[in-house]
Amino acid sequence: MAETALTDTVVSTARPAGLRGIAADWSSDQRAFKNVSWGKAMMWIFLLSDTFIFSCFLLSYMTARMSTTVPWPNPSEVFALTIGDKKIPLILIAIMTFVLISSSGTMAMAVNFGYRRDRAKTAALMLATAAFGATFVGMQAFEWTKLIMEGVRPWGNPWGAAQFGSCFFMITGFHGTHVTIGVIFLIIIARKVWRGDFDVERRGFFTSRKGYYEVVEITGLYWHFVDLVWVFIFAFFYLW
Amino acid sequence: MTNAAIPIEGQQPSLHIHVHDAPASGVSHAKGQQHPIKLYLVVWAWLFVLSTCSYLVDYFGLHGYLRWSLILLFMVLKAGLIVAVFMHMAWERLALAYAILLPPVLVLVFVAIMVFESDYTHLLRVIFFGAPA
Repeated sequence: MAETALTDTVVSTARPAGLRGIAADWSSDQRAFKNVSWGKAMMWIFLLSDTFIFSCFLLSYMTARMSTTVPWPNPSEVFALTIGDKKIPLILIAIMTFVLISSSGTMAMAVNFGYRRDRAKTAALMLATAAFGATFVGMQAFEWTKLIMEGVRPWGNPWGAAQFGSCFFMITGFHGTHVTIGVIFLIIIARKVWRGDFDVERRGFFTSRKGYYEVVEITGLYWHFVDLVWVFIFAFFYLW
Repeated sequence: MTNAAIPIEGQQPSLHIHVHDAPASGVSHAKGQQHPIKLYLVVWAWLFVLSTCSYLVDYFGLHGYLRWSLILLFMVLKAGLIVAVFMHMAWERLALAYAILLPPVLVLVFVAIMVFESDYTHLLRVIFFGAPA
């Protein structure tokens, strides 16, 4: 296979430090990412493109909010929940943030145990991550339901600028889709880990390529990215 | 955090398993990212603390530049921790780190353009739609 030939080529990776090293890596018709497998590099490049997509969403939200002459609904009040008989601002969103951060923590440890070839712990931690992710999506569904019942629509809402609804549904919806895809991705890889596919180098059903424990790290990159995007959504949409 | 500086080339041979790319494992920067679990737990705790801080900004109802600067500060710190430690960017080669981290910075140019544009739109709306009422 082509990539075997590529990785078998022993290349000297000694380079000068700093910018000179970057120039040396990128120049003269060679592999730019010396010790990074194609799978990991492509995941990073995909995440970069996804960064631009979310940047565009947040930018259009910024433009809508800055250019409207109608007051923007106060997210602190819109997303408040009444627990007991106290109205706590933004509490659901805060819990969602903690859930997603916890999922990132378990994912990071799953990657660690993956490289130690601890199948049981890796699979268990990945499933825990998936469970946190599913919890997050569930809470988001609850939040959507609550807002829709209160009359928020993409074309208007009871509290102020009409663009609030379209920004909210677009941004959180796209992020929620990413989380859902991540949960599915995690379950598929966790099953492979559990079955020992990466120990016996079993060929994948879809790609017919051998899998390695690095797949766990690549899955982790996607999952941490989902958490990363939420950090920005939390700051700009909910807190601003 | 001193743990963050632990170089992976000093890792134990038993943990140093790379099935593929074996010929390249003589490279100082090997592929299997191995760091102590404690590092992840510390970062996890910090992310909790920073999230709590940014939530408290809203809870106490801070306003104006103080609010915005605190939100941005906590956001950048959280994003930095996730990318550097959880995504292992701190241990990747600079060629990859720069290729991935520099392009998003250029989004700031786009932000600047849209700030001017929305100020202008807002001004027009105030002048032409706001006055008669």
